[in-house]
Order: sequence, then structure tokens, then C-alpha cells
Amino acid sequence: MVRKQHLWIALALTIVAAPVKAETIQVTIDKLVFSPATVEAKVGDTIEWVNKDVFAHTATVKGGWEVMIPPKKSASLTLKAAGAVDYFCRFHPNMRGHITVAP
Amino acid sequence: MLIRHTAALAALLLLGTAPLAQAADKPTDPQIAHIAYTAGVIDVEAAKQALKKSKNKEVLAFAKDMVRDHEAVNVQALDLVKKLKVTPEDNATSKALTKAAAEKRAKLAKLKGVAFDKAYVDNEVAYHKQVDGALETLLIPSASNAELKSLLETGLKIFQGHEQHAEHVAGMLK
Repeated sequence: MVRKQHLWIALALTIVAAPVKAETIQVTIDKLVFSPATVEAKVGDTIEWVNKDVFAHTATVKGGWEVMIPPKKSASLTLKAAGAVDYFCRFHPNMRGHITVAP
Repeated sequence: MLIRHTAALAALLLLGTAPLAQAADKPTDPQIAHIAYTAGVIDVEAAKQALKKSKNKEVLAFAKDMVRDHEAVNVQALDLVKKLKVTPEDNATSKALTKAAAEKRAKLAKLKGVAFDKAYVDNEVAYHKQVDGALETLLIPSASNAELKSLLETGLKIFQGHEQHAEHVAGMLK
């Protein structure tokens, strides 16, 4: 009986303590365009780039992170810092995207 | 005076958009496919020369990107012409492009080290600009098949991207 009560408390604590669920936000790359080009996310969310092109692309932040996205593959990045970043493809710098990361 | 003008014009044409400017008549889809494919092959060949000659990390990485992207575009182009049952047709523009590229490669072959790197990358900027111009003003508007037009539009974005990438590399070599 005592044991059962403990379980209930533990369960309740888990529910209360659970942070807002992190989301995965998809950005599609098709014909050298990031879509959507602008994404609103929060710290802990994951951005998943889905590359439909036969070309390799990158999502690169100048002086920051870089994600390689091979042709017809996906690649992800979990956002760790709040703030707004502009990113581009290092191979095709005319491809541009923007992510706003809320704390 | 007239002679001087003519000579200047000829020089300008040789340096600049000569091969593509010759295609004053609207090219047909089989010709467009051939020109686009040839433009890709030329850039792959230029990149392969750079891969053999250059020792600069940035230049080598750029050349590898060119081989990878243009080969990928050309695979798509070949798949498309097969699907559309179009036989790419050789034409004056393709021939002029190939000839100009062979001359450029011969010139670059004589250069070494930093001089080669700079000349290769500068030519990549100029070449991509030239192809962008031809795609925008001639090839895309002339294409009658929708799928060919769409592939050319993707090709234009690739070429514009490469032009910016080449400009970035050129900036680093300065």
C-alpha cells in the first residue's frame, strides 16, 4: 500500500517536472530552396532538414554551427542556444534560411 | 577608327559572352539540352584540371563541389532527355563553348601555384556568370518543354550558387 502511494507521488512529480516537450521541426530542401525559410523554435527543439535534391547542401551559420545534408538524405540539429540565426548553404550561398530560437 | 572599333568588339566578344552570343536564333529543345549538358561538362573538366594542379585546400574543395554538382545535374539532364525521347543536338553554341573552354584550359595548364589558383577561380566566376546570363536570357525563355525549363531553372540556381561560392574563394585568395 505504501509502495503504491509512492508510485503515485513519483508519477505526479514526473508529470509536473516534465518540461515542455521538445519538438522536431522539418525544413524541406527542394530545388535549392529551404522551406519554410523562416522557422520559430525554442531551445531543445530539433531542426530536421529533409534534402529532396540530388545535390549535397549544408546549413551553415557563419562563425557557428554547420550541418551537412547529403543528397536525398536528412540531417538534424538540436538547438542549444536562444537567439536568432541566419544560415546558408556553403556550397550554394544563394540558399538562405533563418531560425529564431526562444529560450 | 572603324577598324579599331571592330577589333575592340571582337576582343570583347572573345573575352566575354562570345560563344553564347552567337546563338542569336532561338535554340530548339534538343539544342538547349546539348548546350546545358556541354556547359556542365566544361566545368567538370575545368575542376578536374584544378584537382590535379592546385594544392590550395579551398580551391580543391571548391573543385570537388563543382565535379559533384555538375555531374549530378548532368545525370538528371540525361535522364530527362531519355524520358522525353529527345536526342541532344550539337550546335554552333556548344561547339564555340567547347572550343573556348579548351583554349582556357591550355592557358591555365601553363600556370602554377597561386597564379593557377587565382586564374582558375577568376575564370570560374566569369564562366558561371556567363552561363547564368545565357540561361536567364536565352535558354530558359527558349525552352518549350516544361520539364526541361524546370531543370534549367534549377541549373540556374546551382550556377548562381557556384558563382557566389567562387567569388567567396576568390576573396580568400587575395
